[in-house]
Amino acid sequence: MVTAQSQPQSKETEQYNVIGTRPIRHDGVDKVTGAAQYGADLNLPGMLAGRVLRSPHAHARIVSIDTSKAEALDGVKAVITNADFPRAADAEIDTGEGTANLRWVLDNVIASDKVLYKGHAIAAVAATDHHIAEDALELIEVEYEVLSPVLDVRDAMVDGSPLLHDSLHTRELDGSTSDNASNTASHLQFTKGDIEEGFAEADVVIEREFETSMAHQGYIEPHNGTAYWRADGTLDVWTSTQGAFVVRDSVAPLLQLSPSQVKVTPMEIGGGFGGKIPVYLEPLAALLSQKTGRPVKLTMNREEVLLATGPTSGTYMRVRMGAKNDGTITAGEVHLAFEAGAYPGSPVGAGAMCSLAPYDIPNQKIDGYDVVVNKPKTAAYRAPGAPQAEFATESVLNELAEQLGHDPLEMRLKNASVEGNTTAAGMPFGVIGNVECMTAAQESPHWQSELEGPNRGRGVAQGFWFNIGFESSAYAQVNGDGTVPLVLGSTDIGGTRASIAMQLAETLGISSDDVHPHVVDTNSVGYTQVTGGSRTTFAGGWAAYECAMDIRKQMEQRAAQIWECDADDVAYGDDAIVRGPADEDGNERQFSFKELAGQLATSGGHIVGRADVNKTSSGPAFATHIVDVEVDPDTGKVDILRYTAVQDAGTAIHPAYVEGQMQGGVAQGVGMALNEEYFYDDSGDLKNASLLDYRMPTALDLPMIEPIIVEVPNPGHPYGVRGVGEVPIVPPAPAVRAAIANAIGVHMTELPMSPRAILDATVLDES
Amino acid sequence: MQAVKYARAESVAEAVRLLQEGGDGARPLAGGTDVIVQARERTRDIDLFVDIKHIPEVVDIRHGADGSLTIGAATPCYQIYGDATIAERFPILVDSTSLIGGTAIQGRASLGGNLCNSSPAADGIPSLIVLEAQVEIAGPNGRRTVAVEDFCTAPGRNVLGSGEFVVSLSFPAPAAGSGARFLRFIPRNEMDIAVTNAATQIRLNGDGSVAWARVAIGAVAPTPLLVSEAADALVGQPLSEDSIAAAASASRAAANPIDDMRGSVRQRVHLAGVLTERTIRHAAERAA
Repeated sequence: MVTAQSQPQSKETEQYNVIGTRPIRHDGVDKVTGAAQYGADLNLPGMLAGRVLRSPHAHARIVSIDTSKAEALDGVKAVITNADFPRAADAEIDTGEGTANLRWVLDNVIASDKVLYKGHAIAAVAATDHHIAEDALELIEVEYEVLSPVLDVRDAMVDGSPLLHDSLHTRELDGSTSDNASNTASHLQFTKGDIEEGFAEADVVIEREFETSMAHQGYIEPHNGTAYWRADGTLDVWTSTQGAFVVRDSVAPLLQLSPSQVKVTPMEIGGGFGGKIPVYLEPLAALLSQKTGRPVKLTMNREEVLLATGPTSGTYMRVRMGAKNDGTITAGEVHLAFEAGAYPGSPVGAGAMCSLAPYDIPNQKIDGYDVVVNKPKTAAYRAPGAPQAEFATESVLNELAEQLGHDPLEMRLKNASVEGNTTAAGMPFGVIGNVECMTAAQESPHWQSELEGPNRGRGVAQGFWFNIGFESSAYAQVNGDGTVPLVLGSTDIGGTRASIAMQLAETLGISSDDVHPHVVDTNSVGYTQVTGGSRTTFAGGWAAYECAMDIRKQMEQRAAQIWECDADDVAYGDDAIVRGPADEDGNERQFSFKELAGQLATSGGHIVGRADVNKTSSGPAFATHIVDVEVDPDTGKVDILRYTAVQDAGTAIHPAYVEGQMQGGVAQGVGMALNEEYFYDDSGDLKNASLLDYRMPTALDLPMIEPIIVEVPNPGHPYGVRGVGEVPIVPPAPAVRAAIANAIGVHMTELPMSPRAILDATVLDES
Repeated sequence: MQAVKYARAESVAEAVRLLQEGGDGARPLAGGTDVIVQARERTRDIDLFVDIKHIPEVVDIRHGADGSLTIGAATPCYQIYGDATIAERFPILVDSTSLIGGTAIQGRASLGGNLCNSSPAADGIPSLIVLEAQVEIAGPNGRRTVAVEDFCTAPGRNVLGSGEFVVSLSFPAPAAGSGARFLRFIPRNEMDIAVTNAATQIRLNGDGSVAWARVAIGAVAPTPLLVSEAADALVGQPLSEDSIAAAASASRAAANPIDDMRGSVRQRVHLAGVLTERTIRHAAERAA
C-alpha cells in the first residue's frame, strides 16, 4: 500500500532526513479519537455559565440599561455592562496582526455609549446554568435611541453621512488629521514613477469598478472563553485563540492588570484563519469571575459568531491599468475603500501593498481608505486584504490580456516581479518564486489540456502575500531514552506541531516521532506571537532550529566532559553521532544521540535547549491558480470542474500539510468568489447569520483541488521556509471570474458572483 | 431552549386528547427537525411536545391493491425513498425526500412534518400537490380530509385547528402514461433551502399528446402554489417548445415572491419559469 508517509521526498528536500517527508501529525490521534480538549469541553468545579445580551439595532445610542430584574432572577450570580469595566486608557495595544486603541477594543467587547452593529454586546450574565442565563437576558431592559445606520463604504465616506464616532478624524497622508469628524479613519498612498506618463505610454487602458461583500472566516468552532479570577488576584483564562500571548496582553490592560498577573491557556482550536486573534468573550468571563469568585465559561452560538465577530472587509475598488500592444504594463492605478466595520482597522494597508506586487510596473499609484460602517469590526482573514485587492487588479490584468490577445500567463511572465525589483510600497524582493509558479502552471497537465463543452471556461490568476516573521520561542529537553519533548507557544491550527517538531528533529538528526511537541500556557514558554501571517512554521521552525543547535552544543560539551577532552575536539554530526578524538589507545570515541541521552542524568544532569527568535524578515509567497468552470446560463449557477493550485512553499517541510493549506485556501477563496456574503437589510440587520444561509462551499461543491508545490528555498531561513497558509486564498476569485468570462462572455464586477448576480448580469440585465 | 414537556401518544385518540389539553403551546412531534430547532431558538412558543411517531398508522407505508399509496405523516424520509414500490411508482417522492436535509436529518424528518411546518419553500409540498395528495387530519371532532394544495394558508400557517394533527397522506394510483418530477434550485449542491422549486406531473396519451398535467411551484408565494394555468397550457396538444414556454410563462405569472437573502423577486420569478420547463421535460421523460 502506498501511504502518504511513503511518498518520496521532492528533489529539493532529498538532502534532508525528516524535512520533506510526511509523518503522521503528533496531535492526530487525540483529534481523531475526540480526546483533544477544546474550549467548550472545559469544566471546572463551581463553574458558572455566561451569556451575552446583544444589540438588536445596527446603530443606536444607549439611553439606559436596567439590569435589576435580571440580577433578581434565581440562579443569576452577576450581570455586567461596560460601566463595570475600569476606564480604558487611550493607548494602542498589540493585537497580533496590528494594533488597536484600547478604548475601541473595550467598546467592541461591550458597548459603552453607542451600539455600532447588530449583535454588539451590551451586557453579560453569569448564572448557575445557561438556560437561566438566557432567561436573564430577556429581563435586562435597554432603552435605545435608534440612529440611521451606515452600511455601505461609499455612503459612509460622503460628507453628511451619519457618523459612527464623533471623535474620529481622518488621518491624512502627511500624518495630520482632518478638521471635521469622519467615518474615514485614514487614507494611505503608495506611488512609484509617474502615473500619468505611464498611461500616456499605454496602447490600451482598462478601468473597472468592483464591489465585494464582507465574508467570514467560517471556522467551525465558535468562540469561547473561560476565566477564573483567583483569590490572590491573578487571572486564569482558557480560550480558543490563535495567540495566547495576545489574549494575555489584551485582557490585562482592559482589566488594569499587569500581563504577569494573567495566565492564558490556549485550548485546541477548531479553525481561526485570522478571526481568532481578537478578544471577545475573555474579558467578559474575567470580570464575571471577579464579581462571583467562581470560574465562568462563555460560548458563542453560530449566530453570535456571524453577527459579532470579525469578518473581512466589504470593499469598493477601482483599478485602471494600461499596457502596450506587446503586453508590457506601463501603469497601474488602484483605489481601495475598505469597510473596517464599527471601529477603525481594516486590512486596506496590506491589500494596497499586495495589489500590484506580482508585477514590475514602472508607474503606480495606490490609494487606500479605512472606513467605519455599522457592521462588525473586521478581523484578520487569511492574507488580510489581499483577496479583495488582488481580485480587482488580477481581473483588470486578465481583461487587458484578453483585449490585447495575449495569453494571460505569458503576459504575467512578461511583467513578473523578480529578484531585485521593489514594490510601490518600497518592499525589495530577494529570491522569490513568482516566475517559477507561473512556469509550473504553464507546464501543468491542467493548462496543457483542452477544455471542451458549451458554457465552460478557464481562468487563471496570480497571488501574492508577504508572510511575516516576528517572535517565537521554544524549549526542549533531552529525555534519558532519547526522546525530546518540545514546548511551544504557537496554537496548532494547520499542523504546526508537526512542522516545527520536524525542523527540530532534522537539526538534531533524530526521528520526528521522537520529538513530542506541546502547546502550553503563557507562563510555561517564552513569548510567541500569533499563529498567523503564515509565520508559524517559519519563525517557530527557526526557534526549533536554534533550540536544537543549543542542544547540540550542550551535548558536545557533555561528551567532552565524559571523555575528559576539549569540547572543541567534539563534533555533533548531522547524523546525530557525537564524535570525539581517539582515546589513548587510538580507539574512536563516539556516542549516538540515544547513548549520550542515557548518560546525561549520571554525568551531570539533564540538558535543556532553548531559543527565542524575533525576525523582521520573511519569505514572500506567490501562487498561480487555474480553474475550469461551467455556468448554467438559465440559473446562473457556477460549477467548479477542475482546479489546480501552484504555490512556492520555499521548502515544504511536511508536503501533505502544505497541500492541505493550499486546498483549504482555495476552498475559502472559491467561497468568497461564488456565494459567501454578509446580507444586510436596510436597517443593518444581518439576514443570513447561519451556516444555512451564509453559504460556504461544501465538499459537494468542489472537485479535488490539485496542488503543485514549487520549492524556491527562502535564503533567509535555515531550512528555506516561506510560510504557506495565506497566499492560496488570493487567486481563486479573479481566476473564477476569468473562467466565467471565458464561459459566457460576461465580466462580473462584484463578489460573490452568486447565481443571483450572474442572472442580473445576463438574462435579467435590464441595462 | 424553553422548558418543555414531552408526552408520547400511543394512539390517534390519545394524541388528540393531549394536544387539546395542551392548548396553544402544544405541538405534535414527529422527527422534530423543525420544531425542536424552533423551540430552541424561541421562534415558536412551545411548552408541550406530543410525540406521534409511536402511533402505528402515523409511521407506516401502505400500498393499495389499486396502486394507491398512503404514507403515515411521521414516516421518516429514508423509509420513503428506500421503499422500492414508491421508487417505481412515485419516483417524485424520492426526488423530494432524498434532498430534504442530509442523511442524518432524513432519518427523522417526515413529509407530514414538512407539510405542517408550512414553509413556502418546503421541498416536499410541490410534489404532494402534483400527486394530488389528500391530507388525513384527526381532531376533537373526528377525522377530515383536505386537498394538499388547500392545506397551507400562509408562511408557517395551515388549516389545522386546535387539537388537530395530520395522520397520513394519501395518493391516488398514477395513471398509465404518467410521470412526475420535482426540482429545486439552490446556489450550492447541498445544505440549502430552495430559492425556488417546482414539480410537474404529466400524463401522455398514446399519440404523445398531453392528456393531463399538474404543475406546482414553491418559494415564490406565501404558500406553495398549484399553477393550473401552466397545466392548461400543456393539455390537449403534443409537448412542444411553444407549449412548454407557455407553461413556464404561466408559472412566472403566478409567482409572487419576496426579496430576501435567499433570492430576489426577479431571480425567483425567472427560476419559476426555468424549473417549470425543466420539470415538464423530465416528467415527460418519466412518462414515456
